[in-house]
Amino acid sequence: MKRTLITPARNTWCPGCGNFAILHTLRDVLLEREREGHSLEQTVLVSGIGCHAKIADYLDINSFYAIHGRTIPVATGIKLAHPDLSVICCAGDGDCYAEGLDHLVFAAKRNIDLTMIVHDNRVYGLTTGQYTPTSPLNFKGRSTPGGTHEKPLNPLALMLASGATMVSRAYTRQLDHLRGVLAEGMAHRGFAFIDVLQICASFFDMTGYYNEHTYLLSGNDPSDFWEAWKIAREWDYSTDAPIALGTLYRSSGEPVYDDAYHSPPQSQTERDAAVRALIDRKAGRLPPGVKDA
Amino acid sequence: MKDFSVLIGGKAGEGINRAGFIIGRILARMGYRIAMYYDYPSLIRGGHNFAIIRAIPDTAVAAHHTTVDCILALDQNTVLLHGARKTRDTVVIANSDAVKDETIGVPIQTIAREEGGLPIMANAGLIGAFCGAFGISWDHAAGVLREEMPRDVEINLAIARRGFDAVPRNATLPAGKSLEMPLFTGNEAIGLGLLQAGLDAYVAYPMTPSSGILHYLAETAPETGLKVVHPESEIAVMLMAQGFAYAGSRTAVGTSGGGFCLMTEGLSMAGMSEVPVVVVLSQRPGPSTGVPTYSAQGDLGFVLSAGQGEFPRFVCAPGTVEQAFEWSGRALNLSWKYQVPSFVLVDKALSEGIYSFDDANAGRIRKEPLPAPDPARPYRRYADAPDGISALLTVPFPGSVIKVNSYAHDEDGLTTESPETIAWLTEKRMRKLPVMVREIDRPDAVVVAGNPDAATAVLAWGATSGICSEVAAMLDLRMVQPLVLSPFPQSAFSGACAGTDRIVAVEENATGQLARLAAAHGIPVDNQILRYDGRPFSIEELAGRLAEVLS
Repeated sequence: MKRTLITPARNTWCPGCGNFAILHTLRDVLLEREREGHSLEQTVLVSGIGCHAKIADYLDINSFYAIHGRTIPVATGIKLAHPDLSVICCAGDGDCYAEGLDHLVFAAKRNIDLTMIVHDNRVYGLTTGQYTPTSPLNFKGRSTPGGTHEKPLNPLALMLASGATMVSRAYTRQLDHLRGVLAEGMAHRGFAFIDVLQICASFFDMTGYYNEHTYLLSGNDPSDFWEAWKIAREWDYSTDAPIALGTLYRSSGEPVYDDAYHSPPQSQTERDAAVRALIDRKAGRLPPGVKDA
Repeated sequence: MKDFSVLIGGKAGEGINRAGFIIGRILARMGYRIAMYYDYPSLIRGGHNFAIIRAIPDTAVAAHHTTVDCILALDQNTVLLHGARKTRDTVVIANSDAVKDETIGVPIQTIAREEGGLPIMANAGLIGAFCGAFGISWDHAAGVLREEMPRDVEINLAIARRGFDAVPRNATLPAGKSLEMPLFTGNEAIGLGLLQAGLDAYVAYPMTPSSGILHYLAETAPETGLKVVHPESEIAVMLMAQGFAYAGSRTAVGTSGGGFCLMTEGLSMAGMSEVPVVVVLSQRPGPSTGVPTYSAQGDLGFVLSAGQGEFPRFVCAPGTVEQAFEWSGRALNLSWKYQVPSFVLVDKALSEGIYSFDDANAGRIRKEPLPAPDPARPYRRYADAPDGISALLTVPFPGSVIKVNSYAHDEDGLTTESPETIAWLTEKRMRKLPVMVREIDRPDAVVVAGNPDAATAVLAWGATSGICSEVAAMLDLRMVQPLVLSPFPQSAFSGACAGTDRIVAVEENATGQLARLAAAHGIPVDNQILRYDGRPFSIEELAGRLAEVLS
């Protein structure tokens, strides 16, 4: 039987929602990885809270449906417990650029081996249409009916500045490209950050805008940080500009945080002996079995 | 002298805590049991720090007296601030380079300089002088100093020897019969107990007075294989711990009240997701930043109800290092067995106090295996069960998809809004409670000390129970200490209080939080002695307050 990797849960995304593209593309990437010998049992998905997060209900793999903004600390714990697992974070833009921004910066700083997929629809959907950190200046939402007075965050520039070793942008209407970037992110050892521009069919449908302004990167040198920086700064998520899609930056050879966490757990016998030694040492006694020289 | 107290004081940065610990070890090796209270303000250099070491041969000790038998003064402030602790017989040995007009002065700073030592090594001179004054043999003192000051040991010994020779012998402390007992802080005992019960990971953000656990577990990690993480915030700590647990690592977190405020979001997630986690909360006076380096018992009510929604939890409150060692391990097993959060609720007095650890009489808790799911059926993370406890598998597990969820969910962990499933899940969670009660409502959940038949009982929890035991024994009263506070051990507590006609609660908070809990379980408290200045009672102070209340 062909595995669909889709659970029987009823899908409640709006018709036309960009999340469908991410769900099915990620599913395809995972099946492809399985064919290449990466066991899906060794893969874990962590989601936050928001429309994006329903992907944990829909994708039939190990998942931790966490809370708003907190995908990264949960994923970090999983990865440090079991560095051999492939851990994917699916987060929203409100979720991980607002509520959980500190975790995002720290994950990049640590260069922990996670694949970070941000479903960036630039609006809060599930709470019915408020501005997020990547909404454009003057965005009129339900909490800002007169328009926002703050410029958006540029997540790619932020991630470059924070130490992410792979920084990419994709778009839900460029499926083949999206598939390539997700596969690249999963193959990358280190913190792979992918900002996926995704339209919100109900509150912020940017399909026409993105179709017009996005272009696929080609010929750039992802190992050149300053070239990546320049590309990241082309579009500020607010004013009209060309929007690059692809991997801006990729570097290998940086220390990977979870590399230090491979130690196997002690057996009860080993642990008993370790605790015994810690107690005895405090009283100036050598652990049993150790002869006084 | 069968009950001996020595105070050492000086400025922050002069190594008072360390010097106090070494004096404690010198006495512990003579067969004494030790309780050291360490008092310090929240600053790095200057100010006034002091430690009171109380030592009794062969007998457990938890509290200190109003007066001391010896004062070791590194600075003038120590003499000025602790004048009231002197009796006619108190021996004051002072650093004569900094302190004027004391009968026994030793120029320890000059000595340290002359011997080529660093300024902080002046301590060794004072420790040497202490040993000389109280008839402790040089060989004995030097043996402990060699172990505790391995860096520049010869310089330290030379400084200590000159202090030793500079003072007349005042008295001779008799040796006890016991073998040396190790000295541990409460924080270290908690760390050890967690390790003994199979802890795989410890995650914490530094916060006084809990940081000692983080430091001890990080320092010993090369020997224990423990994974120790200090992340960006307590919010991250609580979530990371559950990531660890979802992947099979038995994990604890540690903090104080302010950090725990940030953890409550993740705590509630543990309530819904049924991912095990142990929270060590060491209390200090609040609200807010409060008083970072002093003690309190003001967070019981908070811990009992923290987190939105309703979910069961274990809360234990050890008061001694032996209880801390045993109950930290129990908390870890209970959290995994019932898939609920477990709390080890302590206070600064236990966390940072140093006590003799009676290893032979401390309960040793080992990792309890968990029941396996039925291999004949597909795994469901939240499979229904009569006691509400679904078999726990962790990732990666061959042939199983393991989904946990912070939303209300069905047996597979898929989100639900169906009224039947929401009600089922709520009932499944709450069905654990009666099973948890059966597990903990045993006589050992409540300690009875002093005179167990006395009609007047002193009710205490946490570190306060130590002094209450001693004072209860002095005044021929009963002392009752519930070790488990959630779920409340109703039968054990009623049994412990049976035959009393008067209960006096002693707590370090302003509202009587344990008294309220006892009353809610049908045992009203008659009187309350509350203290909320961050300082512990001395034996005489508490005895006086009890006498007032009972007169």
